[in-house]
Amino acid sequence: MSLVARALEAAGVPTLCLTSAYSITESANPPRAAFSDLPLGNTAGRPHEPEFQRELLRRAFTAAEDIDVPGTIIDTGMRWDAGDAWKRRATSTGVSRDDGGEIDDRRQRLDIPQYQDEADRKAAEAAY
Amino acid sequence: MLPPVDYIELTRATYDELGYAPYRWANRPDQPPWTPLTKKLTDTTVALVGSGGAYQRGQVAFHWRDDTGIRLIPTDQPAADIRVTHFAYDLEPAREDPNIVFPVDRLRELVDEGVIGGLAPTAVGCMGGIYSVRRAEEELAPAIVTEVMSMEVDLVLLVPV
Repeated sequence: MSLVARALEAAGVPTLCLTSAYSITESANPPRAAFSDLPLGNTAGRPHEPEFQRELLRRAFTAAEDIDVPGTIIDTGMRWDAGDAWKRRATSTGVSRDDGGEIDDRRQRLDIPQYQDEADRKAAEAAY
Repeated sequence: MLPPVDYIELTRATYDELGYAPYRWANRPDQPPWTPLTKKLTDTTVALVGSGGAYQRGQVAFHWRDDTGIRLIPTDQPAADIRVTHFAYDLEPAREDPNIVFPVDRLRELVDEGVIGGLAPTAVGCMGGIYSVRRAEEELAPAIVTEVMSMEVDLVLLVPV
């Protein structure tokens, strides 16, 4: 997304990147970014918590107005919860097992459409 | 409080354990391109672009192998018909509440609140996790730029996963 942000900005459109992956964003270096310390897959907030999600966006937009140095990442201060348990789970590579064996549980990157469910596939096939 | 999860380091460790060559993350140490914001937030029309694999029911879903396509999703209706597909994150929460990766309902509410001036009628869904930086820059980015340029918006909100 940072690369898209850079392309948009070069074309004359201001951008703001949300992120919950600080190091990835820092490396790809978009013009403006707002970091929230949340688990992967929850970039825009905790599920089913509309006010949390709105507050994250309010703070991010305020940041967009404030940032005047290209490449700045501000911290919205939005956190998953008071604890660190999710980070401990997230930082396990998940490769080594207790029995000494190894698993690779990454999903296979197939080059055919990956529908959320079968009804979606039928809906799309009916439309196209 | 632990520091932010370092996904670059985590991926390196995982690939090491699996015996794979290191993943090549995009690295752009140069100063990013810059276009100043010209309007107050309350007058700013925002376009949403999300790379969590969002599509609308009835559209062809993304595939998981460097899919550089985009999906155009209307923003004037609730997120109930928005679907997500991706190979690299836990999809279950986002399938229950797509707003956590594609916050279209929240943006509409912020327009109603007067925080932002407006929301572009169309949002762009795309697929992150394109392993080829070249294809992300030569195929995906120009497609999104073209789409956004036709919208006449003041700010693009990008939501990666």
